[in-house]
Amino acid sequence: MMGRTRTLALAGLFGVGVASLFAGGALAQFVDLPHRGQMNLHDPATPVMEKLVSLHTGLLWVIGLITLLVLVLMLYVFVKFRASANPTPSTTTHNTLIEVAWTVIPVIILVGIAIPSFRLLYFMDRTKEAGLTVKVTAHQWYWTYEYPDFKVDAIDSRMVPLEDWAKFSDADKRDRPRLLATDNPLVVPANVNVRVLITSTDVMHSWAVPAFGVKQDAIIGRSNETWFNVVKEGLFYGQCSQICGDNHAFMPIAVKAVSKAEFDKWIAAQSKSAALAPATDVASAAPATPAR
Amino acid sequence: MATGTHAAHADHHDHTPGFFTRWFLSTNHKDIGTLYLILAACAGLLGGAISVYMRLELMNPGIQLMGWHPNPGHHWNAMVTAHGLIMVFFVVMPALIGGFGNWIVPIMIGAPDMAFPRMNNVSFWLTAAGLVSLLMSLFLGEGAGTGWTIYPPLSASGHPGPSMDFAIFSLHLAGAGSILGAANFITTIFNMRAPGMTLHRMPLMVWSILVTAFLLLLALPVLAGAITMLLTDRNFGTSFFNPAGGGDPVLFLHLFWFFGHPEVYIMILPAFGIVSQITSTFSRKPIFGYLGMAYAMVAIGVVGFVVWAHHMFTVGMDVDTRAYFMAATMVIAVPTGVKVFSWIATMWGGSIRFTTPMLWAQGLIFLFTIGGVTGVVLSNAGVDIALHNTYYVIAHFHYVLSLGAVFGIFAGFYYWIGKMSGRQYNETFGKIHFWTTFIGVNLAFFPMHFSGLAGMPRHYIDYPDAFHLWNEISSIGALISFASVLWWLFVVFHTLTAGRKVEANYWGEGATTLEWTVSSPPAFHTFDELPKISATAHH
Repeated sequence: MMGRTRTLALAGLFGVGVASLFAGGALAQFVDLPHRGQMNLHDPATPVMEKLVSLHTGLLWVIGLITLLVLVLMLYVFVKFRASANPTPSTTTHNTLIEVAWTVIPVIILVGIAIPSFRLLYFMDRTKEAGLTVKVTAHQWYWTYEYPDFKVDAIDSRMVPLEDWAKFSDADKRDRPRLLATDNPLVVPANVNVRVLITSTDVMHSWAVPAFGVKQDAIIGRSNETWFNVVKEGLFYGQCSQICGDNHAFMPIAVKAVSKAEFDKWIAAQSKSAALAPATDVASAAPATPAR
Repeated sequence: MATGTHAAHADHHDHTPGFFTRWFLSTNHKDIGTLYLILAACAGLLGGAISVYMRLELMNPGIQLMGWHPNPGHHWNAMVTAHGLIMVFFVVMPALIGGFGNWIVPIMIGAPDMAFPRMNNVSFWLTAAGLVSLLMSLFLGEGAGTGWTIYPPLSASGHPGPSMDFAIFSLHLAGAGSILGAANFITTIFNMRAPGMTLHRMPLMVWSILVTAFLLLLALPVLAGAITMLLTDRNFGTSFFNPAGGGDPVLFLHLFWFFGHPEVYIMILPAFGIVSQITSTFSRKPIFGYLGMAYAMVAIGVVGFVVWAHHMFTVGMDVDTRAYFMAATMVIAVPTGVKVFSWIATMWGGSIRFTTPMLWAQGLIFLFTIGGVTGVVLSNAGVDIALHNTYYVIAHFHYVLSLGAVFGIFAGFYYWIGKMSGRQYNETFGKIHFWTTFIGVNLAFFPMHFSGLAGMPRHYIDYPDAFHLWNEISSIGALISFASVLWWLFVVFHTLTAGRKVEANYWGEGATTLEWTVSSPPAFHTFDELPKISATAHH
């Protein structure tokens, strides 16, 4: 599975595969999916997730080594100082040097962890220059996507009901798996800073796309902000990440990242009054690289 | 060595009241402790059975086991909520604080009983009433399906019907019981220590209960206020958490976690205390760095009050606020590290016996370390975006609570059951219990790190097929764990009916605290005259 994902990722990056506009298109479209036996984070599709994954990898080394150190010390103590090997216990109860050491050394390690963590936190917070703004509204139990920059209708996005999903072709089932397949994905241009404004009309929900490093709660009466810049075209999935009632497990998120040209074509097709949309097309106005 | 001036009478029946008076109108700290332990064991079986029910549902993709219910999604949420609330409020807290705290703390400080024996009884029966109210919430109406965090609006407008009100009222009752218990412990520990038992000579178990009691006293009233506002929002038309009336759901999150974060330390600190006693006893060495250990707990308690919003990194707080909560959270790793290293140093140079309680205690130290380091990962406001509300979080808090606090409960059980009942467990049986649990819980919870990293969200009745493998392994682990719980029931039965009768100090030289100077079980009134603590070495 890893092999397939990598190949597809390369195809997406080099623009070899022509991404189909329609979810489930037969051509080699990059699809980000969790895979059986997956043990780590999703392959990053945004600069934020790239930084997040590399910080997590670093943390994994730190915590792995600390855990190993504790395990080795414990096993050593268990063997060396077992009653049969050491019948007379020592009476040592203090050692100022070592007590200071095991207080100060963790502090130093934590400071070492904190510095890249702050960097990531401030980087991922929000984008100053967004090429596109989308508004996400959560409901029990579906999402509504709006494009305030354009005069297009709001788009509801729901999970494909299981009985409809069962009729999918095998290729469709692979690219649009059970519980992740949606009727209308959120369509965004790749390589554009997309600002996402998130709110809810009822209970709390959370809009999350693992490959983007995005997870933001949808709360009634609030407009929360996050951003992403998808560096490869393809189809990306996420799921509602805040318990929201009966069908919490059945309101997936699908994001389709397409080329700027395709996005323009798509957004034009979305509205009869597309001519009234801003004169500058979003893709050329958008910075190709993240703001920070 | 702390030594009592005398061992108590062999006469166990001095002024013992009749059955009803003894168990329903009790003012005796040991009997109330026993009641708490029985309550926790019953609730634990129920909470454990619910978790097996959930794990069987998650064993394969699709909805199978819960398909009988007309609304499986809601049924699932109700089960998750019941599991969480039962385990937190009616298993871990009653067992560690109400059970072992009540039983052991007065004896350890040489007090004849708790400061307010009648209030002690009220505490217990409020807790029991709370459990009843929680069970009623499952059956009156459709069940409360909000998760144990009961966030509005889901817990307000999202839950018509009486279930949610009963769940909230259950927390009121259990919370009131805990506040009274906390006041009782603080008063007892500050005022009723035997002559010579200075604060800095108290066993670490007593320190842990003292710190826990302060956390309870300061945190629970905030929860009580928050859920009262929630109750009036639901029933009397207020809008504290309703934006349509100028309220804010996020305010509830802040109030809840201002209680909720200290609450997790409330659950683990007494287990730390138990581990300290056991590690010292079976290494035949006093605790290494006693003052550091005691004040590490104080530090954990203090810092635990200023980190709450690390549970809320995705709600849209200002980035500087998140930065603060991230930094503050990381600080907690320092005193926790001090404790882990001090336990290892306590064993260093010791003469270690691997009895069953020692196995549980060492299991806790290692598994808590794993839960602790994943906590450092989660404290990163950035990395947490990928992990928040995924199974990684489930893995993390079960490593610190299920494999931390619950291991502490079993450690305490095996350590003190001879003292409490006068009969000793069978060592082989106890070790079988430890190893089956150890294998089961690790099999259940370790793969959750992987599914969480892969992005599997929590509170899901059904999941994409890609997550099948880890869920299947987790479910097998859960079944093994539950089998070991059933085995434990047999061990309890065997101990109480066929266990070997034991003398006052059945652990021998390493056991130096006051409970080992009195008979097993102690007399109904433990001390006829106060023991004098005169030694310089302690704990």
